[in-house]
Amino acid sequence: MSNEEGYVTADGRKIGGTLMEMKNITLRFGGVKAITDISFDIKEGEIRAIIGPNGAGKSSMLNVISGFYVPQEGEVWFKGAKRPPMKPYQVAQQGIARTFQNIALFEGMSVLDNVMTGRLNHMNAGMFQQAIWKGKAEREEVENREVVEKVIDFLEIQSIRKTPVARLPYGLKKRVELARALAAEPMLLLLDEPMAGMNVEEKEDMSRFILDVNDEFGTTIALIEHDMGVVMDLSDRVVVMDYGKKIGDGTPDEVRNNQDVIDAYLGVAHD
Amino acid sequence: MPTQLLFGAEVFLNGLMAGVLYALVALGFVLIYKASGIFNYAQGVMALFAALTLVGIMDGQVPFSHLINAMLGTDVHHFGWHVNALISIILTMGVMIVLAYCVQQFVFRHLVGQEPIILFMATIGLAYFMEGFGDLMWGSDIKKLDVGLPQGGSFWIEENSQWLGFGNEEFYGFFLDQLDIVATGIAAILVIVLVLFSQYTKQGRAMRAVADDHQAALSVGISLNFIWVMVWSVAGFVALVAGIMWGAKSGVQFSLSLIALKALPVLMLGGFTSIPGAIVGGLIIGVGEKMFEFIVGPMVGGATENWFAYVLALLFLVFRPQGLFGEKIIERV
Repeated sequence: MSNEEGYVTADGRKIGGTLMEMKNITLRFGGVKAITDISFDIKEGEIRAIIGPNGAGKSSMLNVISGFYVPQEGEVWFKGAKRPPMKPYQVAQQGIARTFQNIALFEGMSVLDNVMTGRLNHMNAGMFQQAIWKGKAEREEVENREVVEKVIDFLEIQSIRKTPVARLPYGLKKRVELARALAAEPMLLLLDEPMAGMNVEEKEDMSRFILDVNDEFGTTIALIEHDMGVVMDLSDRVVVMDYGKKIGDGTPDEVRNNQDVIDAYLGVAHD
Repeated sequence: MPTQLLFGAEVFLNGLMAGVLYALVALGFVLIYKASGIFNYAQGVMALFAALTLVGIMDGQVPFSHLINAMLGTDVHHFGWHVNALISIILTMGVMIVLAYCVQQFVFRHLVGQEPIILFMATIGLAYFMEGFGDLMWGSDIKKLDVGLPQGGSFWIEENSQWLGFGNEEFYGFFLDQLDIVATGIAAILVIVLVLFSQYTKQGRAMRAVADDHQAALSVGISLNFIWVMVWSVAGFVALVAGIMWGAKSGVQFSLSLIALKALPVLMLGGFTSIPGAIVGGLIIGVGEKMFEFIVGPMVGGATENWFAYVLALLFLVFRPQGLFGEKIIERV
């Protein structure tokens, strides 16, 4: 059902062509291979999951996509062009936003300021214009505020917009981090274990937001999760990793019936 | 009014103004510490270097003249022109930006992620390098810095505060140095500009973001390198202002670099991460040491100004280690 130029999902959404492609990625830390020769693609408009047991190399993979790690071998293709080695901030400027497993928010700032930082790449008024608050600077600030308010509304965090982030509970912090990533209006949104450490209710909220983001803004989403149940409900296609290698790739149903995947998750008898 | 009280009030006012200068130096420390976690021992030397460069440009001094003369056997010292003060300040700022870029490019870019003590050691090295470099570039003689700031006591204040004596024969009005008054005004403007910059501009927002969390800053597309060069430039600008004030007051001399040490107790008081803290800390130290000398000094034979600030800092270290405005230190177990 998946082919080179997009496909139609089970619930009838049209998925476009390839947005990002990882070709034979190998990542080593000293002598340890974190990722071994992995290839997969992410298509426009889909929700793509990377799953696997702890230590499978999922986070490393996400860090390769977002530029935090530079793989020793392999190529990263984005929007049909090979990506040269880049710094994380350059990757972000290309339109790839991300969240972190351990939440990386600006703790000293308010929720609003945090989300506003997501817009930094959309501001180019010069220092002087900002100083006198005229022309481009004023227009930009108004436009950016509009986008930010929309995102804040969308994720239902209006009531805490002025609260310093450090005071928020864990689940809300995760949501603020998602808001900041969304504010950048990314082409590709990377979520590193968006539901880690959440209770059932929070997980349901987060799942709903992820689906809504994809539905409303058409954002392509790649997410990492080790909670199988959640992933299977959310995603269109799933990559399964184990010990740094790819052991499965396909729709949730295909993956669920893949013998290697079952072995990796349930364990297999060694004789 | 009793003479002692009036005199005390004058000491208080003068203390406030001395404190402004301490605060200016401390401000440079806070900026860099907040954004990069580097305790910049070289901040005082930066002020010295800025003042040296400013005087050198204004007087049309030939940079590295000793070196050139020694190598080529020539005898050049001055270009023979004088540059307008304002233009010189702008040129000096340019030099400070180049310096900021070099510091980031050649030193701290290679030390990202190192222990704080290593970064601190690097700034000590930087301080000595810059002191020597400044010497080589502009010579080590004491120079007069005259950017046109008013000098001497203000007669206007003296005359118009005479009535406060209420007929006291011994009181002739408050004596305040005009330069101190100007310095206070400039420092206030500087702080307001810095606060507006960090709160309301794109670069300011990015700067606060970097100060808060490096990873998160990268993920929203902020170049750490750029921000650090910017922060060092801003600190260079603050150093330039401090250098001008101190230089105009007591001449540009190499002991200027030691004012950095006075900024230390200011930081202990105000907290290493707070801009308002640097200001309030500076004022408290300034007023504190002058008042202490005035009240307690005569009882212990004077010269309390040399140690008062450090003892106060020590007390703070014991009872409130994060300073007045610093972020609370919480140890999670």
